[in-house]
Amino acid sequence: MMRLELVKRPQRSALFSALSPFIAFALTIIAGAIMFALLGVNPLTAFNIYFIEPISQVWQLHELAIKAAPLILIAVGLSVCYKANIWNIGAEGQFILGGIVGSIIPVLFPQFEGPLVLPLMLLLGMVGGAAYAAIPALLKTRFGTNEILTSLMLVYVAQLFLDWLVRGPWRDPQGHGFPQTIQFGDSAVLPELMPDAGRANWGFVFALVAAVLVWILMSRMLKGFEVRVLGSSPRAGRFAGFGLNRMVFFAFLLSGALAGLAGISEVSGAIGQLQPVISPGYGFTAIIVAFLGRLNPIGIVAAGLVLALTYLGGEAVQSALGISDKVARVFQGMLLFFVLGCDTLIHYRIRLIGLALTKPQDAAKLEAAPKLKEAR
Amino acid sequence: MDITVNILLTIATAATPLLIAAIGELVVERSGVLNLGVEGMMIMGAVGGFGASYLTGSPWIGLLAAIAMGAVFSLLFAVMTLSLATNQVATGLSLTLLGLGLSGMMGTSFVGQPGERLPNIDIPGLTSIPVIGRLLFGQDPIFYISIALTAAVMWFLFKTRTGLTLRSIGDSHTSAHALGIKVIRYRYLAVIFGGACAGLAGGHLSLVYTPQWVENMSAGRGWIALALVVFASWRPWRVLAGAYIFGAVWIGQLHAQAFGIPVPSQFLSSLPYLATVVVLVLISRNKRLTMMNTPASLGQPFVPDR
Repeated sequence: MMRLELVKRPQRSALFSALSPFIAFALTIIAGAIMFALLGVNPLTAFNIYFIEPISQVWQLHELAIKAAPLILIAVGLSVCYKANIWNIGAEGQFILGGIVGSIIPVLFPQFEGPLVLPLMLLLGMVGGAAYAAIPALLKTRFGTNEILTSLMLVYVAQLFLDWLVRGPWRDPQGHGFPQTIQFGDSAVLPELMPDAGRANWGFVFALVAAVLVWILMSRMLKGFEVRVLGSSPRAGRFAGFGLNRMVFFAFLLSGALAGLAGISEVSGAIGQLQPVISPGYGFTAIIVAFLGRLNPIGIVAAGLVLALTYLGGEAVQSALGISDKVARVFQGMLLFFVLGCDTLIHYRIRLIGLALTKPQDAAKLEAAPKLKEAR
Repeated sequence: MDITVNILLTIATAATPLLIAAIGELVVERSGVLNLGVEGMMIMGAVGGFGASYLTGSPWIGLLAAIAMGAVFSLLFAVMTLSLATNQVATGLSLTLLGLGLSGMMGTSFVGQPGERLPNIDIPGLTSIPVIGRLLFGQDPIFYISIALTAAVMWFLFKTRTGLTLRSIGDSHTSAHALGIKVIRYRYLAVIFGGACAGLAGGHLSLVYTPQWVENMSAGRGWIALALVVFASWRPWRVLAGAYIFGAVWIGQLHAQAFGIPVPSQFLSSLPYLATVVVLVLISRNKRLTMMNTPASLGQPFVPDR
């Protein structure tokens, strides 16, 4: 019988703070190898298909950027929430609402064209996401309702609402009954960065800009300090005169707006129209990205690329080996698990103790203690 | 009359998984641990239950497998949050994400396969009593387990010494530890119990409610169960009432869709989720009630000092 014992470190370990995501990734690889072996696939072959082949050509790197952009945008916003100890887990819904509200112009006013269309769409997308995120924020501040549950429930509502829109009032009348809106006009499509090399669009630039801006906000501005204080010690925050309710709104509106921006960027960039499903769970995967990136915007950029690769790899093993692309979800879940576990090492040292061994030792310690006192 | 009985029966069927999962989570939260992985444990129970029943041909073995699957899966959460003192909210979320992925992968070969339904209990004589016969004596076995479980948890928490100890841990783990109570051991057992319940609830979905495997078939029920615990302010009998109210909402919207009420089906389908939000708001408006009943150390990590 063995037992784990945590011993608090005098201060957080900078070493493990930097190492933990890498240890977590290594552990995920080991667990993944076992999983592939259980599925009857040579792990090396599988890893080659999963992690190497999807990023071995330039156009594939563009696909990686397309997948990473929404993950980074959402996760950067969520990191502010989680730093402040505010649990917005409904980013998936805010993403969808951003996509819907941002699509109002190209779907309802397709004749409206010109350089103003795209900025307006992006703005509306952010407003849509922020407004949807304002609901759990309002309920939390007004009534003290748990934001975890309300923000999550609203995801289901948003998915059903989008489903109704594209099958009902917004359906393309010339679409042969397919549940989708009309194709967006040219001025409503997010341009590609390098059309000759691949499909990556401006969404990736938005993600990088958002990461830098939030990094400046969190490390260089008073608001960022407020977030950290209220997150680690609400009492201290109150004494300093920081309003918790204002912070709830700030965090929800910011993360909602970024999720909304991600939503409309995805719809107008990668997809080009609204469909019943516009996200392969970006809003949930972004939670993993936020934690893997240590809730730090720069770390989140790297983590976003890693998680984007798990999506591409999932598609690759499905087509090459016939394994369900759910394998991506499994990798993502394992990664978050290991990251959280490794984070323990930042604050604690772990000692493995065999129970049988500890008892005599403890007894010896107890005996030794008074003697030590006498010796002093 | 028959229609009423049928509707009541379907409400009971819809309420049972919510009730079982919520009762399990209630015990977990009473011990001071917040496990947001209910949805993940439930879906793992559903796939494990269906898989075992499909492979062995016996839904009873499926039932046991569902319980075992939920319990084993919850152990992951327990090791992380209790032994490694990780953040409970984040760990619970990752349990849900992992469960949804893992179940999808494990269930690939079960999609579209016919399942076998757990047979209803049939007591000769009693079941044929008009109206109440089928309601009280002719339901699926998990229905009876759910009612017995609620009564047992009520008795355990409020009438036994161990239950009192468990609640004291939930209210102050430091005081409990100072009194020499094995906080971590109690919490391990509570979390595993919660996992077994969530697994059983999932088993109900894939062995009784719709005897087949469909990806994401829990459809947010795990989250609604979490909301039910808050709604019930951590009291078992209120969980029972809440589960039946939600069962009624769930069935009500299905019947409304079947009757062709001129409201888009998507709006009706979103009713259970909206109802959850509304109910949470109503209950949290009463701050004193919530404050009084919330286990005081809910969600806080605990590391015993020496």
